Parts: sequence; C-alpha cells; structure tokens
Amino acid sequence: MNISVLSGKGGTGKTTISTNLAIALSNQGYKTQYLDFDVEEPNGFIFLKPFVISGEKVYVQVPQVNEELCNNCGLCGESCNFNAIVALKDKVTIFEKLCHSCGVCTLVCPQKAISEKDREVGFIEKGSRVELSAIRGVLNIGEPMGIPILRKLKEYLKEEYINIIDSPPGSSCSVINSVEDSDYAILVTEPTSFGLHDLDIAANVVSKMNINFGVVINKSNENDSIIEEYCRNKNIDIIGKITFDRRIAQEYSKGKLLIGNDEIDRVFDTITSKIMEEV
Amino acid sequence: MKVCFSSSGKDLESVLDSHFGRCQYFIVYDTENDEYKTIDNEGQHSEHGAGIAAAQQVIKLDVDVIITGNLGPNSMELLKDSSAEIYRGSNTTISSNLESYKSKSLDKITEPRKPHFGLGNGNKHRGRS
Repeated sequence: MNISVLSGKGGTGKTTISTNLAIALSNQGYKTQYLDFDVEEPNGFIFLKPFVISGEKVYVQVPQVNEELCNNCGLCGESCNFNAIVALKDKVTIFEKLCHSCGVCTLVCPQKAISEKDREVGFIEKGSRVELSAIRGVLNIGEPMGIPILRKLKEYLKEEYINIIDSPPGSSCSVINSVEDSDYAILVTEPTSFGLHDLDIAANVVSKMNINFGVVINKSNENDSIIEEYCRNKNIDIIGKITFDRRIAQEYSKGKLLIGNDEIDRVFDTITSKIMEEV
Repeated sequence: MKVCFSSSGKDLESVLDSHFGRCQYFIVYDTENDEYKTIDNEGQHSEHGAGIAAAQQVIKLDVDVIITGNLGPNSMELLKDSSAEIYRGSNTTISSNLESYKSKSLDKITEPRKPHFGLGNGNKHRGRS
C-alpha cells in the first residue's frame, strides 16, 4: 500500500506528518517503510535517524563522441530536443546537465560515433529504526534533475508493506512522479491563505490522477475555517488536525519526533484509522 | 565585417535586447555595404538551453562581432571557441550601439553572467514556495 504525503505549499509539515505517521504505523505492528522522495532536500533522516545499512549510486547515461569517427555533420545536434549536444566547426560540445538520456543522438549518428557513458547524479540510502525501514534519495548538489533518483527510489517500494512517501513540495514533475502510484494521499496544509491557495493546486493534481485523498491541518488554530470551508465545498475529508504549539516547533528544531506525547499519539491514531477505512 | 546585435525589434531603431539567449531577433549588420538582415532567434523558443541554441545560430552566421547585454555560461562555452569578439552594448537603439562600437567606446565581455541572469536577475528559481 502506497500512501503519499504532499502539500502544495512548502513548510506545512509533510515531513512532520510522514515521519511520525511511519513510526506510529510501525509501532502498531504494520510492516512499514518510510521513503524520502524530496531528493533535492531530503530531511526525513534528521528525525528518524535510521541505522543505514546499504546504499547505491544513481547514474544517468550521457553521450560521448569518438572524435576520430565523427565527421561533424551536425545531425546529432539537430536531432536533440534539449540543446544538449552541439556540433560546430570541428568540435562536438556536450552539455551533460541538459541531457535527458533519450539516446536519440546515438541512433541518428551516421558514423556511429556516439556511445553512452554513465554519469553519477545522486545516491540512495537504506536503513532502519527498530522495525521501520527508511529509505532516502539524494540528488547531488548542482544537478538540475531529480527524476532519475525518483525512478530508482520507486524500485524500493514493497507491495506487502505500507510505504509512506514523503513527497517534494509544490506540484511539479517531481511531485507527480512521487505520488502517481499512490493508493491514498495525505495533503498537509496550514490555516493561512497561502496554505489554502497551494492546497487547492495539490488537490486538483491528485483529483486529476484519481487518487483518493484527505487533508491534515497542521498548525491548527482559530483560522481553521479558511480550510474547513474549502473542504466542505469540495467534499474533501479532513482526517486530522495538529494544534499549533510552540513546543512542537521547538522539538522539530531539535530534530525530534513528536510521537510519544499523548495528544499527538491520539491525532496519529485517528489519521491511521481514517486511512485504513479508505483503502 | 559582420556585427551581430541582440535586438528587441526588427530594425536599426529598435532597442538592444540585453539577454543574448532569449532575445527576439538578431540583427546582423555588414559594415562593407551598410546593409543589415533580421533573423528570429531560435533560442527564445527553447525551454532549456536557450543560450546554446542562440550561440549555435550566431556562430553559423559567421559574424565577426557580437554586441549584447549579458550571456550565460552555456553560450560563453560555445562562443569562446569562435573568433567572434563580444562587446557589452547599452540600453539604446541598435544604430546608437553601432556608433559606440565604431568609436571603440564599448567594453569587451570576457566572463559569462550567472545562468538565467536576465530572468529576475538569476533569482527566479531560488528557494521553495
């Protein structure tokens, strides 16, 4: 079972919800995995502090040109959709970070002068904390595309486990990739107009993808009605609320999990039951 | 000698476009016969790598001089191997920039700007929401 946690707006509490939910489920006896899909800025491990046992590097394929076979016809550059390979005068220049690894240049070269080589873009780490498995993807600094890491991360999803997918913020290509195989999505929001604005975007995304979803209001306060009214109008379930408490922010800033506090435990129990009903 | 300008319009009274990669037109002026031609910049349509498409186009036009505002690292990478000299023009008409070039009052561009410099001064994609 795949449960993704997304938000639209950054900073609403995706990681807070995903890490604590993963621990709560694991404590309840479910076989659970936490996966950090926010490969540009993975922060789940700060809270879970798993014992890392394995990892692997993630590579993409980029072209390399055998200058001796190349006759500078320029067909590779003309065929490239991404401006990643350019043949000018007597030299072929490759812009590796623009390359999408489609392989077209290798196919069109009439001299068969282009082959592919591996380029490292990031890595995956896997570990565990007691019974909970934790996996994260990390994109190397300076790399523009996280999708290759996400593809590799998806290989770690296990059917017989509950997979909690901590998604990137926003509603970009990376988010779509992260949530697309979900059985249920948790949309985390905050009771502000910014929160509402981006919640609407995220809700549209998961609706279009036909993914069943519910909302958690984090930092809940007297302004909740801004979210509640929206959810009422759109027939969206609010499956949990975490009341704003400065102490939560303080614990968060120390890298601590919230589970273990009675009130918090109750909130996550409710979220868990609601999800299990839906799936 | 062929002088290439990044331009926001189609004629010599148009204002110089400071963005090399994403300008609308290139105006190539020939000093030998005082004629010019206007070409659509292919780079402006690229989602990524606009500077690369623009530089490629300009190199193929075999120009001797390029007058523009800012270029990024990708176009610089391609242009450094060509024999074209690159100068920084100013926010006035093409003809005015041409006069400045002829009177040798323009500075050479030797270093690229940060990527995407012209689009919100390189800060457009920084940070999260």
